[in-house]
Amino acid sequence: MAFDNLFSEIVFWALAVVTIGSAALVVHLRSIFRAALMLVVSFLGIAGIFTMVNAEFLAVVQVLVYGGGIAVLVIFAVMMTRDVDTGNRSTAVQPVALMMGIALLGALAYSIVQAEWAVLPDSLPGPIATVFVETPTQLGRLLLSDYVLAFEVAGVLLLAAVIGALSLVRERNDA
Amino acid sequence: MLERLLIISAILFCIGLYGVLSRRHIIAVIMSVEIMFNAVNVALVAFSRYTVPAALRFPGAGTDVERFVLEGQTLAVFVIVVAAAEVALGLALIIALARRRDTIHISDLSTLRR
Repeated sequence: MAFDNLFSEIVFWALAVVTIGSAALVVHLRSIFRAALMLVVSFLGIAGIFTMVNAEFLAVVQVLVYGGGIAVLVIFAVMMTRDVDTGNRSTAVQPVALMMGIALLGALAYSIVQAEWAVLPDSLPGPIATVFVETPTQLGRLLLSDYVLAFEVAGVLLLAAVIGALSLVRERNDA
Repeated sequence: MLERLLIISAILFCIGLYGVLSRRHIIAVIMSVEIMFNAVNVALVAFSRYTVPAALRFPGAGTDVERFVLEGQTLAVFVIVVAAAEVALGLALIIALARRRDTIHISDLSTLRR
């Protein structure tokens, strides 16, 4: 299990700093293209965090879907639009947005720190520990048994999204 | 441990919120929404790993533990699916808009038809 030694602590904090730092750069950099690259770094940092909390399957999906698919889509869309170099300016409500972000962060941090969570003990009880040994297997079994309806609906949603996206970007000859 | 992950998640969510509210370029807004989705996923995975499922707090709750322990990760899978669909459609809309209106600044896009 992770977090039992100094090395995993260092790795965890490095991942956290990289993730948050690159996320902050996404909303700060002037160039949209560089912001998109920082977004990819942030996604990969989150994938690293996932591996440290026994979510190996989600980490792989994160790299494939976010680090691969969504990154390509975003960079492709950046290439299709104008004002790439200086486009990431802020609007007039930027001070208000900053204040709202800090206020929400303060409220969330306060409620997280003062809440009394029902946390699992450090040494996991037997049946729970066996679940986290083989997360992908258990997750696959759950997705195809208990959550099979949601799984199928997700497939239909993806199909609808693909068809919708295609029909939106199609060049019309008559227009 | 749970608290650190939740704090990281909260910081990411607030960065995303700030980006959504303050950026002018519409692709930057989409990227900020993605950061918020990821923040939610981090929180879901943290809860799934470090909290006691409610169904297990009562005696005689049943033996198939993984159904309750992995609930958060299952929800995170569906969040990723929906986020992918949202990005595909959102970027298609942006490309269609950029073609028709020749601008991608959200202050110029406050109405959908000219």
